[in-house]
Formats: sequence, structure tokens, C-alpha cells
Amino acid sequence: MNRREVPAALRRRLVVSLAAVLVLLGLTLIRLWHLQVTEGEQYRSLSENNRIRLKRVRATRGTVLDRHGQIMVDNRPSFDVALVPEDAHDVPRTLATLTRLLGAEAGDFSSAVQAAANRPPFEEVILKRDIDWESIVALETHQLELPGVSVQVGPRRTYPFGTAAAHLLGYVGEVSQQELTSRQGYRMGDLIGKAGAERYWEGYLRGVDGGQQVEVDAVGRKLRVLSEVEETPGNTLILSLDRDLQLAAERAMGDREGAVVALDPRSGDVLAMVSRPAFDPNVFARGIRAAEWRALVQDRKRPLNSKAVQGTYPPGSTFKVVMAAAALEEGVVNPFTQIFCGGGIFFGNRTFHCWRPSGHGDLNVHEALVRSCDVFFYQVGQRLGIDTIADYAHRFGLGAPTGITLDHESGGVIPSSAWKRQRFGEPWYAGETLSVAIGQGYVTTTPLQMANVIAAIANGGTVYQPQFVKRVETPDGTSVLEQQPIVTNDLGFKKTTLLQIREALSDVVNSSRGTGTKARVRGIEVGGKTGTSQVGKLGAERPKQGHMVRERKDHAWFIAFAPVSSPEIAVAVLAEHAGEHGGTAAAPIAQQVIAHYFGVAEDDDATIRQTARVSF
Amino acid sequence: MRQFDRRLAYHFDWLLVALTLAVASVGIVTIYSATVTSEKGSFATNPLVIRQALYDGIGLAGMVAAVFFDYRRLERYAYLIFAFALVMLVLVPVMGSVGGGARRWINLGVVSVQPSEMIKVGLVVALARYFHRARGTGDLRLRDVAPAFVMLAIPAALILAQPDLGTVGVVTAVFFSILFFAGLRLRSFLLLAIVGGAAVPLLWGHLKPYQQQRVLTFLSPEMDPLGAGYHVIQSKIAIGSGMFWGKGYLHGTQNKLNFLPEQHTDFIFSVFAEEWGYIGALVLIVLYAALVLRGLQISYRAKDRFGSLLAFGIVAIIFWQVVINVGMTSGVLPVVGIPLPFVSYGGSSITSMMIALGLVINVNMRRFTF
Repeated sequence: MNRREVPAALRRRLVVSLAAVLVLLGLTLIRLWHLQVTEGEQYRSLSENNRIRLKRVRATRGTVLDRHGQIMVDNRPSFDVALVPEDAHDVPRTLATLTRLLGAEAGDFSSAVQAAANRPPFEEVILKRDIDWESIVALETHQLELPGVSVQVGPRRTYPFGTAAAHLLGYVGEVSQQELTSRQGYRMGDLIGKAGAERYWEGYLRGVDGGQQVEVDAVGRKLRVLSEVEETPGNTLILSLDRDLQLAAERAMGDREGAVVALDPRSGDVLAMVSRPAFDPNVFARGIRAAEWRALVQDRKRPLNSKAVQGTYPPGSTFKVVMAAAALEEGVVNPFTQIFCGGGIFFGNRTFHCWRPSGHGDLNVHEALVRSCDVFFYQVGQRLGIDTIADYAHRFGLGAPTGITLDHESGGVIPSSAWKRQRFGEPWYAGETLSVAIGQGYVTTTPLQMANVIAAIANGGTVYQPQFVKRVETPDGTSVLEQQPIVTNDLGFKKTTLLQIREALSDVVNSSRGTGTKARVRGIEVGGKTGTSQVGKLGAERPKQGHMVRERKDHAWFIAFAPVSSPEIAVAVLAEHAGEHGGTAAAPIAQQVIAHYFGVAEDDDATIRQTARVSF
Repeated sequence: MRQFDRRLAYHFDWLLVALTLAVASVGIVTIYSATVTSEKGSFATNPLVIRQALYDGIGLAGMVAAVFFDYRRLERYAYLIFAFALVMLVLVPVMGSVGGGARRWINLGVVSVQPSEMIKVGLVVALARYFHRARGTGDLRLRDVAPAFVMLAIPAALILAQPDLGTVGVVTAVFFSILFFAGLRLRSFLLLAIVGGAAVPLLWGHLKPYQQQRVLTFLSPEMDPLGAGYHVIQSKIAIGSGMFWGKGYLHGTQNKLNFLPEQHTDFIFSVFAEEWGYIGALVLIVLYAALVLRGLQISYRAKDRFGSLLAFGIVAIIFWQVVINVGMTSGVLPVVGIPLPFVSYGGSSITSMMIALGLVINVNMRRFTF
């Protein structure tokens, strides 16, 4: 035998292999016989009209709760009309019948069907969302004339408090063509967060869609569910917001435009955030109409913008808090340094006025803050120089976004000599420092930033990143994310510096000479600082506020904290184009927010002011 | 090169070529049905049909070229061929392109090749080389075949990483087929089965539930009723609804409505069985059976052990692919995605399998020459 030949014993294994081949191929043929002949009839009928289909079950979006577990954003059932064009044997006729039954505009439905021309075959087109009870009954009774039409129940986003906190909560809308290409896992008709928390926290809120394999009859009606994958509902967002405080702040704003931000100075938690004018997110949830959208976008008061985080305004005299801290830290004044205010100072070739034409006489930093003397801070500004001012402002987090989890946050502007060279290609002029010293000129800040400034003064010098989400939980309560306070900076100031400023700010409210007396709350020691920021050019001849067009009127500011001894709340109020002083337009709003926080009845307002103690 | 005389030409296996061409024609005809989009599109202008015909042509040329040298010269280059195929496989994660969720192709400018198709033949050649002088008559022990296991493990790991579970399955089935024919003791097979059977539940118990779930969906995607599970149902409906006589060529509704996934590649059998019915499927399976039986006959009659193992291994590739593919489309095996030999669209699969068949013919032709 050739040594390289196959041994005979192994050749026998070839015969075994042959047998195995025949057996396996035979089994394959038996399997095919079973499918094609034994059960063939059944599969033939399933193949007609493609009777086994995939239906998606959209995940319920996570709800949003306030810090006490009260509902802020919820879902409710919505009845939607869907059509599978392949099942409607005569699509135009079906649509005509639908149009008649639902009282819709002729052509609405056919354009919706055309828009979905590229969908996979047998996938539903949603024709109308959230139909009323009568329409449902009408559709059900005319079922036989409407092959391919079905009424489906799906979750609909609802915001029970309408415009309250609208900018913070945001809104949802149908995913756009652009979002479909840039984000994975979305399909036409899906909802996606478009603004605010809904947008920023989309990944947590969305959940995972489920689906059903269903068998349908010849006109597309569901016969039975063959198998299904349960949807995973989105996670619950638990906010640091206090719903009642939010509503109180909304009430306090009344008809004014602007913003209110309330923070917990001990953690940076956002307790309330108001922006006016606001929009109603429910309008987006039901599908906003083109005219409504146009009206919102073209409104000159820009209701879609969050004035609390996107709006930038000169901080006016509220900036003197930063100036006073810088002055005391740098030692350009000490608590006893007296500066004379004669109603203005002459600098360069012009006069810089104090808001009080007759002047304040001699005053120290305490009195300068209490009475909001401009001349004192002009002098301090000159002594510090623009770059030192900018350095201190930056330490408070001004001039840069705070990092709150909302899109499009503004950073505002804190000018410096380098900034001006880069921006305008010009050197810094000393006269400009004087404007900056009283929060005018190039300086702009957002209400959120100013709330954060006063929070840092209140808590002893820690700058937190403001956060409004405390926790993310699965629907059954398992914690997914637990937010800890984030410290962005430690001011590192002397204890006495902050103490002296807090004392002065208390007197702003509680001394009879203070500018913020309207912020007094019975039984609670409030500290604060007023601000009135001019929109036009500083020092120019100005007509009386009442005669000005809205866009030229002054902004009124008030930043506050309470109680002074161990602060629990910090508030910034901006009344946009109020045409009044911070003390008259903004301080009462802060007063109401703080009063509500400490459970002091709002009715007591009038009596509080009369009985307020003087802390001198 | 050995003289190519008339005696050799006389032994050229026309039957094998005819069977291959018959199956390849089924492929072209079905690919047209699976991809034609409008009534107007004609057969000769369908781009996929043209390309598949081109691949068949190239494969046929390769098949003929593969008979022009004495296959025994492959003995010397066997490991080199294997190593080359391995290098190609290694290059896939480095410079491969992604398709259908897995990285399987290497783009060579004009064409993309799928190294996992080449490694099947490469492994058979290498194993034939390894076992061709093995001693004994069916009493090889596990330690004798350990290096062969290494030869399997390397490409298997690389293919698994792509991931291409189907090809790993085919390669493993072919490997054990060759081990059987090369003479591994039957009780070693028994031992492997016991150890394997015991290890799986042991390992399984150590996995966390979510890991188990992941393994399960990886092994049998049809458990996902919204993904592959839906495809399996649609594929079964397609095959079953063909009934005995089929719906007629170009009249498959499942196919036309795009309900089948990969209908011109992995699920082409469903398209074929829907339109041609049981009778068509029977003819196709019989054609494959004839191909495989003829190959086994050639292996049986081969003059030397290398040739016999070579022919056997190549036939095993074809056989296992047919069984796994039809099993998958008819819903008895996991959806793993492997082509139906000579029928599914795809250049790498067609050409490498045709060249391999050329080697089988080569073995047949030279059984009298020494």
C-alpha cells in the first residue's frame, strides 16, 4: 500500500459522512415540506397584505417633579388618528370621509400622507393628534367606511402650570429632519426635547421604545399580538425647584417683564426661575401651528428666550457689591475711609454725576452701599483700575456662563484692557473705568449670574455652579443620578470683608436711609442691593422715564439674601425696562419671594413696612 | 509543471462544472427577482445581476485555472496560503469597512474582498497538509491534533471579533468534519462532547443575568421580536407561502414588499422558495446533494491522502453552508448570516468557492497519474 494513500479504515468514515449528509439534507427537505406543504396554506394567507407587522410602542417620557415630589411636567393619554395607506384600498376616498368626520381642512390629510411618502411600507402615518371624544365615537361608528384607519392611544406631554417655569422646563416637539440625521435612534414622528430641561436632559427623559409583532386582518385591524417588547419609560427628573415658590415668584412678577432667580446659597440649587414674557409649552406639545410659531419668534419681547440665563443687562448699582468686596480686599479703602460726594466728579473732560444731584457728603463704604452713592464707587474704581475690577468680577463667576444645564446660556461681558484691545483694537480709557464701577458701560450680566454673586456673598465666599436637577430616578424609584453641589470657585476673601458687606446690605433694606426698604419681611432679616441700569448712554440728557419708549426705559434690579445671619435663600430680580428704580420696581418682587419662602403671609406686606425695625 | 496531456482532459469533471453552473444560474435568476425595482428594469441592465454574472465568470476562470497544476504542489505552499489568508483577516479590523453592523470587508480600490470567505478554503488546505501524513487508522488522540486546534482558534477568534458568528459556525463544523475524516478517535469526540457539554452550564452559571441576556441575543438574535425575530417570521412566511408550486417567478409578494432582510444575500433562499415553491427547493437541494456526493466520491477515489482531505474539506464547506443557511431561513437555526453557496450575491464567496471546486476537480483528474 502506498504510504500516502488514505487508510482503508478511514475510507469507511467517508461512508459514514455520506450517510450524515443524506440524513441532514433529508431533514432539511422535511422541514421545507412542513413549512410549504403542511402549513403552506396558513403562511399563504399570512403573506397576503403582509398580515404580520411590527407596531412600535412609544416609550412614555419621564415626568418632572419639584424638590418635594410635586408634578411639574406630566403625561396624559392622547387619541391619535393613524392611517396605513396600503390598507386603505382607496386612499383619496378614505381621506375625504375622514375630513368630513373630523371637520378638518380639505387637503390637510393628503399633504400629511404625501409628506410620509418615504416611510417603509405598511408603516402608519399619524394624521391628527389628540382628537376629542366625539371624533373618536364618529370614527368608531364609521369604521367600515375607513379601512386602514385606526385610533391609537399615545402619551402626550402636559405642563399643568402652563407658562410657569416654561423656560427652565422647555418643551418637546416632533423630531426635525436635521435632528434625524444628527442624532441616532430617532424616527420620523418621534418627540424630542427642543428647549430647556426637556432638551438638555433628553437622554434621561426619553426612555426606550418597545414594539409588538401583531397579526392584522385584511384591512389592517389588529387581530392578536404575537410577541412584544415592553417599552422602557423614561427616567424621572427631580428638580431642586420648589413649585410653590416658583408660583409665588410668577405671581410676584405680575405683568412685569424680566426675570427672577432664587438660589439656595448653601448648594447652588435653583429654587425658582421666572422669565417673562413666557410661552405655554402645552402649545408645543399639541403641535404648534405655523402662525403661532411665527408670532412667538417675531415678538419683539422675545418670549422664547430665557431672560434669566440668556438675557444680559448692565448690572447697575448691584455691581457695587463686587466693587466693595474688591476695594476692601485690595485695601484701597478700609471700613473707615471717608470719601466726599458732592453730587458728581469731574474726570477727563466731563462730569460723572451721582444719582443724587445734591450729593451724599462724607461717607464710608458701609454708607456708600446703603445709600448707593455713585461718587464713592467712581473713586474706588479709579483706585482699583479696570483690570483689578475685572479680576474680582471673574472670581464671582461674572463674564462667563455659570454652567447651568441649559442651552444657550450667556456669559455677559466683564471688560478689561485686554478685552477692549481684542474687541475694538483700542486701548482702555480711564474714564470708562468710572462707568464700570457703577455697573454701566460695557458690563453686562445675566440675572442668574447676579443671583450667584449674592449667593456667594451670603454663604461666606463659595461660588457654586447653579443646578436645577437634584436627582434622576427610574420610574420605580431607583436612583440613576444624584447631583452633588459643584463648587466652581472659592473667593478666598477675608471673613471681615464679607461680614462688612453683609451688614451694609442688611441696612440697605432695614435702615431708614437704605434704598431697598421695600424688601423688608416681617421677622426675617433681609439683606440686598438695588440697581437701576440705564439702557441709553450714561450721563446723556434724558427725558423723564414716563415719556420714553419702552426699549429705552431703565432696568430695575434687586439682589437679596435672607436671613442675614445664616442665609437660606438668595434672589435676583430684574424688571426689564421698568422705568423705575430697583428699590420700587424690583425690591417688592424679591420681598414676596422671600416672604413666601419663610411662610410669611403675603397679605402682611403693608404692615411689615410700617413695623420694620431699624437695625442701626 | 507536469505535462498536461489528453488523459487529464479526459478526466476533467464536467458533471461537477455542470452542477455548479446550474446552481449559479439559480442564483442569478433569483438575484434579479430580489432586486428588480420597477416593471421597466430589464434583466440585462440590473447592476447586481451583471456583477454576479461577472463574479461567476471570474470564479469559473479561477476554477479552470485551478486544474492546470498538480494539486500536490499545494502541499508545500499550504501553510503559506493559510498564513496569507490570516494576514488578510488581521487587516480587517485595521483597515476594514463596515457593512450591516459588522466589519467584514477590505477595500482594495476596485473591489472589496471578504477575507472571512478566503479563510475557509485556507484552513482546509492547511488542515489537509497537517493531516496528510498522520499515522494510524482512526486512533489519533487529542494531543496529536492539538496544533490543528490552534489553526482553528486563531481565525475563529478573529472572525468572532468582526463579529461574524455564522462563518465561525461553518469553519468549526468543517474543522470537526475534517478531524473525523483524518482519524481522531471516536472516544475523543465523545470526550470533547462531554467536556463541552459540562463547561457551558458551568460558565453560564457564573454570568450575571444581563450578561446572559447579552449572550443569548448574540447567539440567537431571533429572540428579539422587533429585530431579527421579525425577519425570521417574515422569512418563514415567504418560504411557507410558496406552497408546493410556488407563486411564480417575480411574483413573490414578501420579496417584492421588501419584508425580507438581505434578500439578495443571506435570505435569498426565502425569495427562491417563495417563488418556486417546494418543487423548486427540492430541485435546488438535490443539485447541492449531487454536488456534495460527487465531491465525496472524488475524495474516496483520490490517490493520496492530501487530495482526499482537500476534496473532503471543500465539500464540507459547501455542505455546511447549505444546511445552516436553509436552516436559518426556515427558522430552525439562529440567524447568523452566511451565504448560500453559488446563489447568494457576493464576489468573495463565489470566486473562492469556485476556485476551491477547481481544486476538487484537480484531485479527480490526477487520480490515475501516478
